[in-house]
Amino acid sequence: MPLLKVTIDNIEVEVEAGTTIMNAARIIGGKVVPPAMCYYSKLEGSGGKCRTCLVKVAQGSARDPRPMPKLVASCRTLVQDGMVVQNITSPEAMESRQAITEFLLINHPLDCPVCDQAGECHLQDLSYVHGLQETRTVEERRTFKPIDIGDKIKLNMNRCILCYRCVMVADQITEKRVHGVLGRGDHSEISTLIVKAVDNDFSGNMIDVCPVGALTDNTFRFKSRVWFAKPMDAHRKCSKCSGKVVLWMKGDELLRVTGRKDKYGEVGEFICNDCRFEQKEKNDWIIEGPRTIERHSVISQNHYEISPGESVRMIK
Amino acid sequence: MGKQILLKNIDVPGLADFQVYRKLGGYTAVEKALKTLSPDQITEEVKKSGLKGRGGAGFPTGMKWSFIDKQSEKAKYLVCNYDESEPGTFKDRHIGKLNPHQLIEGMILGSYALGANTAYIYIRGELFYVLKILEKAIQEAYKNGFLGENILGTGYSLDLYCHPGAGAYICGEETALLESLEGKRGNPRIKPPFPAIVGLYGSPTVVNNVETIAALPWIVKNGYEAYAAIGIGNSKGTKLISACGHINKPGIYEIELGLPVEEFIYSDEYCGGIRNGNKLKAVVAGGSSVPILPASLILKTAAGEPRLMSYESLAEGGFQTGTMLGSGGFIVMDHTTCIVKNLLTFARFYRHESCGQCSPCREGTSWMEKILTRIENGQGTMKDIDLLVDIAKHVEGNTICPLGDAAAWPVASAIRHFREEFEEHVKLQKCPF
Repeated sequence: MPLLKVTIDNIEVEVEAGTTIMNAARIIGGKVVPPAMCYYSKLEGSGGKCRTCLVKVAQGSARDPRPMPKLVASCRTLVQDGMVVQNITSPEAMESRQAITEFLLINHPLDCPVCDQAGECHLQDLSYVHGLQETRTVEERRTFKPIDIGDKIKLNMNRCILCYRCVMVADQITEKRVHGVLGRGDHSEISTLIVKAVDNDFSGNMIDVCPVGALTDNTFRFKSRVWFAKPMDAHRKCSKCSGKVVLWMKGDELLRVTGRKDKYGEVGEFICNDCRFEQKEKNDWIIEGPRTIERHSVISQNHYEISPGESVRMIK
Repeated sequence: MGKQILLKNIDVPGLADFQVYRKLGGYTAVEKALKTLSPDQITEEVKKSGLKGRGGAGFPTGMKWSFIDKQSEKAKYLVCNYDESEPGTFKDRHIGKLNPHQLIEGMILGSYALGANTAYIYIRGELFYVLKILEKAIQEAYKNGFLGENILGTGYSLDLYCHPGAGAYICGEETALLESLEGKRGNPRIKPPFPAIVGLYGSPTVVNNVETIAALPWIVKNGYEAYAAIGIGNSKGTKLISACGHINKPGIYEIELGLPVEEFIYSDEYCGGIRNGNKLKAVVAGGSSVPILPASLILKTAAGEPRLMSYESLAEGGFQTGTMLGSGGFIVMDHTTCIVKNLLTFARFYRHESCGQCSPCREGTSWMEKILTRIENGQGTMKDIDLLVDIAKHVEGNTICPLGDAAAWPVASAIRHFREEFEEHVKLQKCPF
């Protein structure tokens, strides 16, 4: 198969047919990568919903050079040969991204100081770059009471941006989904029908794929800010999953176990609830060493020194 | 009355009955098509007739059909979009209620042209009484050999099913309709792929409006030339207009495309003028989602030409001074109408009906409704008016499906043409009406 040539923000890259603009941008890397709040490469059919990754297609393809009439979702639009895409170089795309960020924050409680997700929250990152300085809403925010869906998972619907990732995780890696989106429009919510518990071996991955603080780990609740914890790569022999995880340590205390997330916040391999919730002793694990964390992340604060290149290593 | 194609026999008692319909020449188009025409010939006829989709978008029907990959080994489907629920639009229910066999005959013709052996009518759940009538008519068609195996001995088979929706406006969006028909939550799909490539159950599918399909028997029977001779410019044939609001004779009218708007509103043949001799203030010409126009711009274009009931004429001037023919929901408002209150009603509808899948529509529709509520209740500020324009701008074009546009256009156009009325609400701190 011949490779397709695509130009994103004046940078040319060659990709295989069937690649989306988003993934082509990820091959280039750096600032030209559009933010993704709902797209998750490991989840089939994800993306297209949050609209934060909208980009301008200034030239559709070499064969048909007309520009696309509207901004397109880069996570769901396939690259054509000779396509010219503008992301950060398009004022139109930047303006719409600012608007989308505002939409996503209209009903968000902005309770980062008491949210466990703070520091690894994609909405936080997004608002930092694209958020307005002041709020234009005076309306009351939509509020829900936080509920436990299953004994290990806390659902705080106030923080949810309805990305559908947790629904897709349940659909695609567990045997039976018992939660979903109820209602529609601004009154839609993630919930279980008639307070049914989410209880299966892989339910904890809903927490990992949640881009915001809507689904958090009950066993980690209020224990520490993530940037005070030290992430360590570790593994164990597990009959249900790969057993490859990240341990979040404070001294010798193991605060939390998560999947291994890449720089886009996506886990490489989903892990089972045994590994995540039940193995909370350091001795349960074989520790491989400190995890490499992107420098832009707040998690790298205090614990890391800058080394050449993009990423930094933890000071031992 | 002008040309009558869709409503020709509508007043005949018992028209919903197979025998009555048959006696009036019903199903002769199916006989003609199945016995003398090839599927491609029918597609060609429809293409040349200039028939456009009557659901609102006005996409040429024949062209839509030709996107179907006939060589595909997958089953092909024709789906009738009977989820009529746009505020102001109430034309389709009329056809199914009084003349169901016309729709069924159209479905057979369309299915034959597309090579579909299964077809569906997705009907709005609230139209339960129409569903009953349709189902009875379908049974009659089966009994008389126009549906089922080997129709008229030609070897062509077709099964036709009705499926009621569960009360969501969004299921009128064709991909949400297909999701719903598949038994899923009615969220619009992300396009591409379009239904012609990946539609119902992953197969090539055409979704057509009721009125579009109901026009097919006449076209096949009388030929494309006869149909194309009616109308004006690229607006061929007749169109059902459901007229409502402050007119003397609200109702469903079949007009020849190209009829002057002024004649439609004021002539006794149609709307019969404004109630109590009041002054015309504004018209929403094609269902709640199309831009509202003030009296001066609906009767005449910005260039001073008389405005006609046609796709082109209504759209003349773009959204700055024009609007759209849309689905034909013609809402007339006299001088006693509060534009802000009317807009609030529309905004509330779109907020309620947004599926909530994509953020601009989910949050934008609800934000706009809240601001409009404030303004109408006398608690708005001048800044709110600009804020509305800004929100509408960022919802439009940024959503998965056209519901975002449908919610944004009325807001943008009402402020464009009636800004002083919004300002008056703010200045007086109450609704002046």
